[in-house]
Amino acid sequence: MRFKSVLLAGAAVAALSGAAVAQVKIGFITTLSTPAGYLGEDARDGFLLAVSEEGGKLGGVAVEVIVEDDKLKPADGKQIAEKFLQSDKIKLFSGLIFSNVAAAVTPTILEAGGIIVSPNAGPSNFAGKNCNANYYVASWQNDNLHESAGALAKKLGYKKMLLLAPNYQAGKDAISGFKRLYGGEIVEEIYTALDQTDFSAEIAKIRAAKPDAVFQFHPGGQGIAFLKQWAQSGLKDQVPMVVASPSLEQKIAGVVGDAAIGIATTSHWNTDFANEANKAFVAGFKAKYNREPTMYASQAYDAAKLIGAALKGTGGSLDEKAFRTAMLKADVKLTRGAFKWGNNQHPVQDWYELKAVKGADGKVSLHTAGKVLEMHADAYARDCKL
Amino acid sequence: MQLLIEQVLNGLQLGITLFLLAAGLTLTFGIMGVINLAHGSLYMVGAYGAALVAAKTGSFWLGIPAGLIAAGLAGLAIEFQVIRKLYERDHLYQVLATFGLILFFNGMASWLVGRAPLMMDTPAALSGFVEFIPGVPYPTYRLAVMLVGLAVAAALGLTISRTRLGMLIRAGSTHRGMVAALGVDIVRLYTVVFGLGAVLAGLAGLMIGPIRSVQVGMGEQILIMTFVVIVVGGIGSVRGAFAGALLIGMCDTLGRAFAPLLFKATFSASVASGLAATFSSVLIYLVMALVLVVRPRGLFPVGG
Repeated sequence: MRFKSVLLAGAAVAALSGAAVAQVKIGFITTLSTPAGYLGEDARDGFLLAVSEEGGKLGGVAVEVIVEDDKLKPADGKQIAEKFLQSDKIKLFSGLIFSNVAAAVTPTILEAGGIIVSPNAGPSNFAGKNCNANYYVASWQNDNLHESAGALAKKLGYKKMLLLAPNYQAGKDAISGFKRLYGGEIVEEIYTALDQTDFSAEIAKIRAAKPDAVFQFHPGGQGIAFLKQWAQSGLKDQVPMVVASPSLEQKIAGVVGDAAIGIATTSHWNTDFANEANKAFVAGFKAKYNREPTMYASQAYDAAKLIGAALKGTGGSLDEKAFRTAMLKADVKLTRGAFKWGNNQHPVQDWYELKAVKGADGKVSLHTAGKVLEMHADAYARDCKL
Repeated sequence: MQLLIEQVLNGLQLGITLFLLAAGLTLTFGIMGVINLAHGSLYMVGAYGAALVAAKTGSFWLGIPAGLIAAGLAGLAIEFQVIRKLYERDHLYQVLATFGLILFFNGMASWLVGRAPLMMDTPAALSGFVEFIPGVPYPTYRLAVMLVGLAVAAALGLTISRTRLGMLIRAGSTHRGMVAALGVDIVRLYTVVFGLGAVLAGLAGLMIGPIRSVQVGMGEQILIMTFVVIVVGGIGSVRGAFAGALLIGMCDTLGRAFAPLLFKATFSASVASGLAATFSSVLIYLVMALVLVVRPRGLFPVGG
């Protein structure tokens, strides 16, 4: 009798351990509330899509993804990171959307010996002198987005431009990135507030300054508001606009509709990329969530795939050296196509021009129009001693 | 000069929108003694109601009653379920409860509609721009918002100064006990005032929808500015809310427009624009502090 119950207990324990107990926990600190909440929502859903494709695993290793909302507040992000590190004993992190939150969270995690694979934020502070062996950015270095927009503006022949961006780290990265490859005359630089949604004062200034074209960086809801007000002011038909993808991505194009048509935008990814990995991703995302993916979803999906490749290499160990060796091989197909790591562990990749086009169904979507930059690295990589 | 005129118009438009929000907030705070942090949520409910109905029916005009009704009903529900229980309590309880309501409404909106912002088009009749001052093309829709806001302000002013309801509201803000003693059902008066405030907030939300984006959290962005307005104007005074809204709207817009000129004389262009952005974001708080130094109870204090 007693023997039998021991056997039973043994069987129960065996059954429990057989039921895929997560080997690796991933702390996903992202922005789910505030008007920019859909950015984090898409990143979360893209990341979880990659996990569910493998039935709860990444690279054959069972993972558990714990998602928390940083509310776009650096202090909240830092607090979540501390909780993840101390009470949940998490070592691997992803999810970061906004650079100001990333700037507070990154040092906290790295000092505690954690590993970060950012699916979006790539502030300049950690790309150069302060690069770190345990810090990877799977999306882009912030400046890259806007360098590609600058290169496109130069290609389109605009001589005098006016630039606008929010007054925070990524906004400053945007302006300096744009200027780096643009090279023409800058009429004026205008900094807006990070929570601003009425741009009438700025648009009036643009009207008075009469530039050849305008470049602006306003992600999420801010970008939607800007483009709507731009169309309402009547300036849209007089002054061309060049932006990078955060200011006109797949979701924004769908929401603002006609107001997006005619605006030149640049990106490292688009829904219409014809490579196999991307086709599978777009179809899988639509099937699972019943909506179109944005760049944020694709980046997080790619980040999950890169983490998967690294975990496969280490067999599930989070030993920093082994993880880094496997990660840097980047032995995986990504939705954006060609990809390699730069020495500062930021991407080296192609950048494309996208155009907003009205489809037969009356919906506006983005179509890839051509390559702007080939296997482009960032300007801070040379200061990184890795 | 044309730039200045256009910026003044922009400031007026922002001010009038702020007034619609501030009127309700100042009445509930001044008369009922209730701090309602969820006032921004009513603004959001108005915008969502209008945007959803406008998207379903394809008509902006049908969205207007939908937004007003949605905000009004949400307001009455809040008053009935939450606020009514807190009249006698300390402000801290009201802050806690209405902060909870903010979370509730934001959660509800993202659960029911999703986190992605909603599209709301300007109606065809009001799209484009008019050049009623030569050389200053101005979006027709913004002009319409201004006119509607002014009309509502005038109607509200007349109601408060000329009607029986207005008399009760004024009396309720200064001599609450006396009004009740004269046999007026003060609870019903409060419900009416709260509902009115909710409808005004909904109106502001639905009018702003086609200009900004309709999304979760849109109420909190404007709520802080609205509180600045009622503090500057004098809590409880609709006239004060109007003056405060115009002052704050104008300061904010003109600050953003012309602050860079202040700094350009001494700093390089990019440093100046960064400094100007920082300066203009604190400008309204500086103005508030200045007003409070000179007039500690606001521009138009209620009840001497």
